[in-house]
Amino acid sequence: MAKERKPLGQRDPVLHMSHVEKTFRGNVVALKDMNLDVNEGDFISLLGPSGCGKSTALRLISSLMQPTSGSIRWAGGQTKDDLGVVFQEPTLMPWARVADNVWLPFRLRGKPYAEVRDDVLEALKLVGLEKFQRAFPRELSGGMKMRVSIARALVTKPRLILMDEPFAALDEITRHKLNNDLLELRQRVNCTVIFVTHSVFESVFLSDRIVVMAARPGRVIRELQVDAPYPRDEAFRTSAEYAAYCRQASEALHEAMGEAA
Amino acid sequence: MTLAQDGAPVVHPELDAEEAARARTERVMKIARWTLPSLVMVLTILAWHLYVTIGEIPHYILPGPTLVAQKMVEDWSILWPAMIKTGRLTVLALTLAVIGGVGLAVAFTQSKWAEMSFFPYAVILQVTPVVAVAPLIQIYVENAFVAALLCAWIVAFFPILSNTTIGLKSADHNLSDLFTIYGATKWQRLRYLSAPSALPFFLGGLKIAGGLALIGAVVAEFVIGRAGTGLGLASTLLEASYRFNFGRLYAALILISVMGVVIFALMSAISYLALYRWHESALKRE
Repeated sequence: MAKERKPLGQRDPVLHMSHVEKTFRGNVVALKDMNLDVNEGDFISLLGPSGCGKSTALRLISSLMQPTSGSIRWAGGQTKDDLGVVFQEPTLMPWARVADNVWLPFRLRGKPYAEVRDDVLEALKLVGLEKFQRAFPRELSGGMKMRVSIARALVTKPRLILMDEPFAALDEITRHKLNNDLLELRQRVNCTVIFVTHSVFESVFLSDRIVVMAARPGRVIRELQVDAPYPRDEAFRTSAEYAAYCRQASEALHEAMGEAA
Repeated sequence: MTLAQDGAPVVHPELDAEEAARARTERVMKIARWTLPSLVMVLTILAWHLYVTIGEIPHYILPGPTLVAQKMVEDWSILWPAMIKTGRLTVLALTLAVIGGVGLAVAFTQSKWAEMSFFPYAVILQVTPVVAVAPLIQIYVENAFVAALLCAWIVAFFPILSNTTIGLKSADHNLSDLFTIYGATKWQRLRYLSAPSALPFFLGGLKIAGGLALIGAVVAEFVIGRAGTGLGLASTLLEASYRFNFGRLYAALILISVMGVVIFALMSAISYLALYRWHESALKRE
């Protein structure tokens, strides 16, 4: 399933958001005039302070909400296999074993386990948990639960994976590890990701595009490209290039905060 | 509890003083948990016996433990069938309470209109004391067994209804969103998300309902009498009191208590078996 990832600018479109707005109760503008083109293989971070509409954007993309105005279009039309989602919490079913949790997206499409067992095991292998398929979530650490959650998002090979601050609740060490693993995973399966975070460092380390957002009203104020090549590793974390991108992103974020205040 | 990566348990060669003291306390507590209540029971029976024999209390005021034991053996041929009758009423009422309670709870969570319309009446049914309603039921329901069953059912079904309703609504919101994103049908949502989320709540309700079904059965026997179930334990108790047969009365009372304890133990065991793999309430803290 690993397709060669094309360079930025030459990628095929996946999703097109144009002039998307969401207003709550008629007067609270959660998201104002958002335009975003998501292309195949993109790793896009939505970076911004709380209240900037990052999560609203994800809920709109996943059709949990309808936009007040504007449009969200999938290239080639929307299908059932478009999305995988990872939340801030692992959001596993505590009563189901690890493999059954990963089976869920298939199960809801009426596919019996026997038919998709190989896919489930492959997804678990990708996150390094193939030995834990029989375990219950409570037997796993926080980081391992998150990996199961990622495996569940990957298992259907969706066109787009949405991640809503997935590592925010984890400790720094686990977080670094999972960031590394996520990039490694992306090298192997060329997935397209929209990643919500409020960490500048995380967004620079992971993404090739960073969308900086401001609050009140939630809106996009800047888009940055991180042109550093993948694979990125610990060496990248300490490079001058990384520091420079972090500064750029920080300044943009600062600008966003300044405007909001 | 986290699985070690290599799966090997860590072995402590020696316990320090504090750990040794803790282990000792644990051992003592383990023994005390059984011995202390048993001791209290033995002492109480002994005190009862001494009070009755030394005070020369007549048996129609307070029978001694030996008389009660003797009656228990002598009247076993009356008491055992009575226990079966009361037990059958209780189990049947509880079964119907589970079916009715869960069924209504599912209907309530599937339709807000149904819940808004009928939930207040479920509450009214619950808060009106069954003892006050039972004579009316006896008048309007011709079949006495059905009347008795209805009494016990009214008492038992509410905790199952209210707990299951809360449980069905308590599914994790993100999981619920995930089900929406993956296009789950109503049935799939109920089967794979709401029902397992509700299970711990339902089992909590079942524990309460088990005890209440027995209370309802006893009340029904008191009010409706032997016309309903034939001679159940509560009817036997009542009849024994009319005949000043206090030995039999106490024997029947003890058996009712035993039934209550057995029902509670059974419900607790069911609850443990259903939850011990995954639910917090059934986990042992380390």
